[in-house]
Amino acid sequence: MADSHDISKTVRKYIIVFVALLVGTAITVGMYYVHLPSVAMTVMVAVFIASVKAFLVAGYFMHLIDERKMIYGILGSTAFFFVGLMFLTIWAMHDFPAHTFLGSHVP
Amino acid sequence: MDIPYTVAPRQDTGLYNAKVGIWLFLASEVMLFGALFSSYILLRVGAEPGMWPHGLLNIPIGTFNTAVLITSSVTVVLSWAALKTHNFGRFRAIQSITLLCALGFLGIKTYEYNEKFTHYEVWFADGRPSVTGHIDGAGRFWTLNTLADKKIESITMHPDRFHYRIPSGEQAKLAKSGTVPEHPEPIKIATSEIKRLSAFVPAHSTYFAVYFTLTFLHALHVFGGALVIGYLWGPGASMWKTDPDRFTNRIEVSGLFWHFVDLVWIFLFPVLYLL
Repeated sequence: MADSHDISKTVRKYIIVFVALLVGTAITVGMYYVHLPSVAMTVMVAVFIASVKAFLVAGYFMHLIDERKMIYGILGSTAFFFVGLMFLTIWAMHDFPAHTFLGSHVP
Repeated sequence: MDIPYTVAPRQDTGLYNAKVGIWLFLASEVMLFGALFSSYILLRVGAEPGMWPHGLLNIPIGTFNTAVLITSSVTVVLSWAALKTHNFGRFRAIQSITLLCALGFLGIKTYEYNEKFTHYEVWFADGRPSVTGHIDGAGRFWTLNTLADKKIESITMHPDRFHYRIPSGEQAKLAKSGTVPEHPEPIKIATSEIKRLSAFVPAHSTYFAVYFTLTFLHALHVFGGALVIGYLWGPGASMWKTDPDRFTNRIEVSGLFWHFVDLVWIFLFPVLYLL
């Protein structure tokens, strides 16, 4: 049986992460209503907050902070291909499909 | 026949087999959503300046749904912790909250979808700017063909306060200035004046095609995860009596999937609702 003291400490950690996730969500939404000076800054702040939240979920809820090497190996190769995928997008920077929003164009 | 390594870790990986399996599966899921996200980036950056819509989604509802999903994520991990202390009753109680959250999330998403299916945009034949809003008596998915089929000669539209092409910052300034009425007067539009009529469905625009593709795929994941969690909460829970360690591992594996679903939403919400 797991040590009940350890578990209660872990549960406390989960609750703290839960509150942090809610606060992160509130900040992201608040930022939308405050309207930062530039779109680039808004995107950067929103992606940063989302990344912190993702780290909290993956690190604590999914226990990635304290996992076996095997899992890190799987995730490392996933990250490699994911970054490659995103690089392909950046690579296509000068070859974007134009007029991709067709809302006002009647086919 | 006993399946090996359902509880005891393999010597080479240091993990029980199901855990390696779920992480490999999640790796493939990262690539699936990654491909869709990169497509979104290409389409968004390629859109003409000022064309990408703003303020079309209900932010308070989206925020509430985000909180619901975050709550379900913490209850999943707390239910696993309850099993680690051999408290099956607590596990069941907490996991029932997870199931309620999953149903709540899907219910709210359905409500949001339905709102979009009855929200329209009208493009005019004479080239004047299009109007968005609700049409008196209109059902879901109406098009110009629906008006022709129903022999409707004119429609009454209740326009939205702002068109989606006005950036959100400008919308806020206009709202503050008080120059735009909160509920603009309804307008009567003859069918002959309409060039195109579309509800906010995937065919409406690239934005909604992206929105529905990403959120529906995510909702399918929520549904699938809820099915597994529901099975382990109900009939599958009998394993607790015969093999509690294996059952605890099953809860951990289903929880890992659930957290991934939460993770995807953490990025989807700001990208689709706020940016």
